[in-house]
Amino acid sequence: MNRPSVNHATAQLHATPAPFTHIALAHGGGGQLTDALLRDIVMPRLGNPALSQLLDSGIIPGGKLALTIDSYVVQPLFFPGGDIGRLAVSGTVNDLAVCGAHPRALALSMILAEGLDRKVLERVLDSVAATAGEAGVRIITGDTKVVGSGQADGIYLTSAGVGELMGHPLPHPDHIEPGDVLMINGPIGEHGLAVMLAREMPEVESALRSDVSPLNGLIEHLRCAVPEVVFMRDPTRGGLAGVAADLAARTGLRINLEETHIPIRPEAKHAADMLGLDPLDIANEGKVFVAVRPAQAQAALHAMRQHPQGRESQIIGYVTSEKDGVCTLHTSIGGWRVLQKPYGEQLPRIC
Amino acid sequence: MSSTHAFTDNLLQRLREAAAAIGQNVAFMEVCGTHTTSAFRCGLPSVLPPNVRLISGPGCPVCVTSQGDIDRLIDLGARRDVILCTYGDMLRVPGRHGNLENARVRGGRIEVVYSSMDAVKLAQKQPDREVVFAAVGFETTAPATAAAICEAQRLNIGNFSVLASHKRIIPAMRALLTDGEIPKIKGFLCPGHVSVIIGSEVYQSIVDQFGVSCVVGGFEPPQLLSALVCLIELVVNNKTALVNQYPEAVHARGNRWALTLLEKIFEPGAARWRGMGTIPDSGLILRSDYQSFDAARRFNLPEPQEREPAGCICGKVISGAALPGQCRLFGRACTPISPIGPCMVSSEGTCSAWFKYGKSNQRTIPPAHLNELLEVSS
Repeated sequence: MNRPSVNHATAQLHATPAPFTHIALAHGGGGQLTDALLRDIVMPRLGNPALSQLLDSGIIPGGKLALTIDSYVVQPLFFPGGDIGRLAVSGTVNDLAVCGAHPRALALSMILAEGLDRKVLERVLDSVAATAGEAGVRIITGDTKVVGSGQADGIYLTSAGVGELMGHPLPHPDHIEPGDVLMINGPIGEHGLAVMLAREMPEVESALRSDVSPLNGLIEHLRCAVPEVVFMRDPTRGGLAGVAADLAARTGLRINLEETHIPIRPEAKHAADMLGLDPLDIANEGKVFVAVRPAQAQAALHAMRQHPQGRESQIIGYVTSEKDGVCTLHTSIGGWRVLQKPYGEQLPRIC
Repeated sequence: MSSTHAFTDNLLQRLREAAAAIGQNVAFMEVCGTHTTSAFRCGLPSVLPPNVRLISGPGCPVCVTSQGDIDRLIDLGARRDVILCTYGDMLRVPGRHGNLENARVRGGRIEVVYSSMDAVKLAQKQPDREVVFAAVGFETTAPATAAAICEAQRLNIGNFSVLASHKRIIPAMRALLTDGEIPKIKGFLCPGHVSVIIGSEVYQSIVDQFGVSCVVGGFEPPQLLSALVCLIELVVNNKTALVNQYPEAVHARGNRWALTLLEKIFEPGAARWRGMGTIPDSGLILRSDYQSFDAARRFNLPEPQEREPAGCICGKVISGAALPGQCRLFGRACTPISPIGPCMVSSEGTCSAWFKYGKSNQRTIPPAHLNELLEVSS
């Protein structure tokens, strides 16, 4: 196959966003601008061999434990399919599990705004407890701060987690090889769209529900069946496009996703169409993107489909030997386009 | 092979055959931002035969709003006695002195609304403040503005007004066909959403007067392809015609209720378009009975001053006279986070679509054994 010429799109893929003087909301979008913030501000100051891996969890020197942390500022606090408490446990558990760690304990920090209804806090913590139970992990330490009314929006949660690294080899993007097969455990875009609809258009009735859930059960089941899972990542902010484009850029290999194989429910597609958004860019909180060797693809798919959280698993793409670090999408009409990591946040359109 | 695959494959085959039969370059234009985005998203440029071009025209409501109108909105948003209600994608359009987001940071009260009625409700709740609705968009959003004015009148809400820069698509299509700078096109892919309101019949005058075909199309990739195949087969058969390929949503005479409402509140009048100047009858002006709702009159706003941002060629991009890649600011100084022109702000803008989806024909051929696996999994 001929090497593709570097056209406008690939040149742009590797372009550096313009220098910035102030933090914009879009710097937190998990897209190219978040990368720029990490590269230009965080890494020069805090970079070290563990952090510079930029994985979902950091590996504690010694190689037996993984550590991760995440903050949750979602609005509204309660949305169809979940709430900030369920999110805070699931997000942290999933960041450990995709790195091959068995979650052992969580820490939870709460920033509460003055005037918060006691019942709201109770409901959130009930959800934290229930989700932790589901994931088989306990909150063993925590912290509480209260700030003046107006300084925070109801509740902000931060959760950290420690996990024990299990199995060998551990999933890692550097293990990706040409021919590897890419899978996902079910329909995409539901968390981001459910939250966006609840926040921006509360009057719209939709069957959409967030997929937020802890995935350590599914992942452990998969790794029992196929111990050599090459790579895993939960496609949260930045969506499936973000994870796939990132993997292509990081490995320097060409990745292709098949649009017609990517599961998406009609209600999610309609909501994304209405808001003018691309479902591939939208956050998931109960999905895992998995790469396996081709010889193990069938076994992995079978194992995932056996688990309740993986019944709708699909093979969605593959890695090729072309060394251009580009992610392509083979579209539903048989066309092709480059799949990029989202730039920043996207605004819903007018009409 | 699924029936959808077979359907699109058949359309692609017809597209290729028709393009080969024409044997020379042929261009069509879409005049709807949702078509632009949908075309890029499904990789349409990569399946078009090399002699077929689909040009993006003035279809993005944010993009076509003139710089002067944007500046007036931002000035109004900065006033302390005003609550300005706007659709979200207007927030970051740059004006002479920053954008609406900056005006909000400086203390302006700017509210993002999803419906014009939210602005009326806000006016009702805040009787001591003037609430202005930034009314932009084509015939798709204009009936909602008209309905809001009717509601404000019915409820006798005196502190509600609109700064209207609504646009009508057909006069703009006519202006494009008489402008020498635009590439010669053989037909329009007519906008699905706008046509739901205005109907398909109204395009007949363009077909008759200019000898270009008009095909109304939907937004799903097979619908888009289908409309394009229809346009190109008309060229092959040496015909021009009006065809409604979106009959499930678009009726010949449009939505009578919305049109009656529009006519009650607005009358056609000259409007300023970005990059296309003032086009007669291309705007919707408040009728004399409703001029008390005109924010420009209420706040005695000066006539807008038109001034394009330095180096920005959005005006040319909107009218199809230039491609985003020809702009020296594109992707460098002008990106979605620091847009200089409106085509980069709106998710439906041509520059934004180019930035996000690229203009790529890259194909990736899977190894044979993977093809088999993909089949197994689906």
